[in-house]
Amino acid sequence: MSDQKSKTAETEKVFLLGNEALVRGALEAGVNYASAYPGTPSSEIIERLSRVAKERHLHVEWSSNEKVACEGAAAAAVAGLNSLSAMKNAGLAVALDFLTHASLTGLGDQGGSLVVVVCDDPDAHSSGDETDSRWQARFAYAPMLEPTSVNEAREMIRYCFDLSREYGCYVFLRSYTRLSHGSSIVELGPLPEATVGQAHPDCNAAVNPYLGKVHHQLALDRLDKIKEVFEASKFNQHFGPEDAELLVIASGNGLSCGQEALDMLGLQNEVGVLKLATLWPFPVELVRKHAKTAKKILILEEVDPVVEVLVKDALNGTEAAQVQVLGKESGHVPMGGEITPDRALDALCKITGKIYQGPSEAYQAKLKEVTEDILISRGLTWCPGCPHRGSFWALDKAIKAEGGEVFVTGDIGCYTLDVFPEGKCQMNMLHAMGSSIGLSAGLGQMHKFGWDKPVISICGDSTFYHAVLPGLVSAIYNQSNLIHVVLDNDATAMTGFQAHAGVGYNAVGDDAPRIDVVKLCEALGVPVTVADPFDLRGTTKALRELIAQKEGVRILVLRRTCELVRMKAEKTKPHKVVVNQDKCKGEECGTCYSKFRCPALLKDPETGKASIREDACPGCGVCASVCPFKAIEIQEVAK
Amino acid sequence: MSLATDPYNLIVCGVGGQGNILIARLIGRILANNGYYLAIGETFGAAQRGGSVFSSLRISKTRTYGPLIPNGAANLIVSLEPLETLRMLSNFGNEKVVTISNTQTTMPVGVLAGRNEYPTEEKLRGAIEELSQRALFVPATDIAVELGAPIVSNIVLLGALLGAKLLPISEEEVKEDMRSTFPAGKLELNYQALQRGIDTVA
Repeated sequence: MSDQKSKTAETEKVFLLGNEALVRGALEAGVNYASAYPGTPSSEIIERLSRVAKERHLHVEWSSNEKVACEGAAAAAVAGLNSLSAMKNAGLAVALDFLTHASLTGLGDQGGSLVVVVCDDPDAHSSGDETDSRWQARFAYAPMLEPTSVNEAREMIRYCFDLSREYGCYVFLRSYTRLSHGSSIVELGPLPEATVGQAHPDCNAAVNPYLGKVHHQLALDRLDKIKEVFEASKFNQHFGPEDAELLVIASGNGLSCGQEALDMLGLQNEVGVLKLATLWPFPVELVRKHAKTAKKILILEEVDPVVEVLVKDALNGTEAAQVQVLGKESGHVPMGGEITPDRALDALCKITGKIYQGPSEAYQAKLKEVTEDILISRGLTWCPGCPHRGSFWALDKAIKAEGGEVFVTGDIGCYTLDVFPEGKCQMNMLHAMGSSIGLSAGLGQMHKFGWDKPVISICGDSTFYHAVLPGLVSAIYNQSNLIHVVLDNDATAMTGFQAHAGVGYNAVGDDAPRIDVVKLCEALGVPVTVADPFDLRGTTKALRELIAQKEGVRILVLRRTCELVRMKAEKTKPHKVVVNQDKCKGEECGTCYSKFRCPALLKDPETGKASIREDACPGCGVCASVCPFKAIEIQEVAK
Repeated sequence: MSLATDPYNLIVCGVGGQGNILIARLIGRILANNGYYLAIGETFGAAQRGGSVFSSLRISKTRTYGPLIPNGAANLIVSLEPLETLRMLSNFGNEKVVTISNTQTTMPVGVLAGRNEYPTEEKLRGAIEELSQRALFVPATDIAVELGAPIVSNIVLLGALLGAKLLPISEEEVKEDMRSTFPAGKLELNYQALQRGIDTVA
């Protein structure tokens, strides 16, 4: 794979994923310590680092959550090492409590460095939200840079390590889906010799924020100095005519979109482009300098108008204050979402009056005509063989038995797909990592206010260690009435099967203590029931019994390995599944395909009878216990 | 062989888990080795489970383009599922686009649930042909099942792409890449899949 090439410096240019380019740059910078909790689109950073951890003498770990990851990495920096932490936008919110303090105190004086990579997900392709992390740099008094291309990502992260070391503070590198999950050709720099980093924390150090006011001022002074560096940074560049009346200021993916749109409109020699890569502290003088001759400025950026607000602020009160700053706030670019070549085109056409000729009207009319009735959507769903399909089937039965009067809170993982139209839509509330138990703990007190229906919260195993544990302790201590279900599938499945505290091995593949969910919960002194989610009746029965107990915290662990993990390890189908066409009642019933909805089930368009799609069926056989007419038959496959 | 246009915009699409990313990156690596500037845009992660997925490739002799293809600007769509061909055409189609589609359908769960109806083969094929300058249909999954490994459908389709001679990459270059990136034990099967794909177009 391409990442193998990142180990050697033989080739000067290689084809890399954006996250691999960040890894390469970190290795070139001599990173020693890297820690993270997985989150799309950031997960490949730690994954790729873990593959070279042994040969490069690195410590690489999957931490329980992002705050823990950042604390570990910061400690390594205080000990004089080069460290890295990586997370998605939602993860930054978890880590911020620590990071806001860490930028006040700095990283001590042992010459260490810390780069915090935060990967945003504009358009929320794989996230619950598209929160724009760029605001957080100002909030946390921390410098932030943002690459505009995969190639630049390698060089920029190297620079971030240098900056961190020089100013004794951590540095944010902001990535985004199109960078982290884009691939391109990267020019490699030299790798330092693989040596064991030498930790030397100062045991007389006093790295703490309790001189609050002093530290605040020190952080502001530090940012002032870094601002001067950013004013002259080579990462900010101007292209095109210097004295153009229209200036495009672009950050991140806005640069390539803007340049392409200018090419498409033939405006590349008439419009100036200022690429802004140092986002905070903001290079105010640089912006003022390039704004001097402009009459209009178009800002191309993603999600929120961060640069737009900063540019307006920079020009306010200067001779350039009359320049029209256009972008999201002016309605030229839509608020929220990704920046795309089309959004850039649209904005430029609005401003210049140019017209872009796309596909002909005849083609567009034809397109509308032939796709209108048949272009149906493709909803997200659980994989064939997924244990969650069994868990939610059983939950549905148990809730129906209660007359539907059950409040369910959910959490973040593959089971989140329950809330999509193709799920079972059982979760009433769904928010952040670990929110399932915090929400159910609150609802579990509502009996004091006249409402005492059952409350069920649901989380996965990786999420359990991430943020459920404190909520669970709180719920038990405060005697909430709730059932907490842990869907233990032996994996951080949603982000790509990363290791966690419950799997018995660590990020680099070595054996590690296995922290068992069941034993842990038992130690908290509450009743724990364990069931197999593919024992549909048994799971429903367990849920109903727990509901009947009414009081206190009750825990149900539904344990079955993620089908993708099982298939990868065992490479065999345990059963051959066939539908007995004589017994199948077809549409009259439809339980398996229309209600259970495993994607390996097919419905014959003529007869309405079910069949199994051989190439998709993993042979789990759970559908056999769903069929009311015993028409689905399973045969053991000899091993 | 040179590119028909510059930049040349290629889409490789399908349903999550069909292996579109594998062939997109393989094509990308070869073109990069051949001196082309290249960018690939993708969205992946489990949020795509069972959903529509696509990789966009921007290929150029002059500079690195951004990863996103402007609307209506695809030159070639290689698709592991025919409904997904149509979905890509609806965003990126134009009078000159060429499409290569697997014939094997994958039912959206909404169809199984009875909420939607999957278009008939005739209608779907007609729509794709109507919106493509040239539309190729390849029974990639049928061939892969014949070879005993439905998972190599993507490689059969890659073979068809080679057979259609639309990209400046050769069979030997593809095999060379496979030798350095695929497990040795799987090479023979993948070579066979590639050849069967080439044969469907030749």
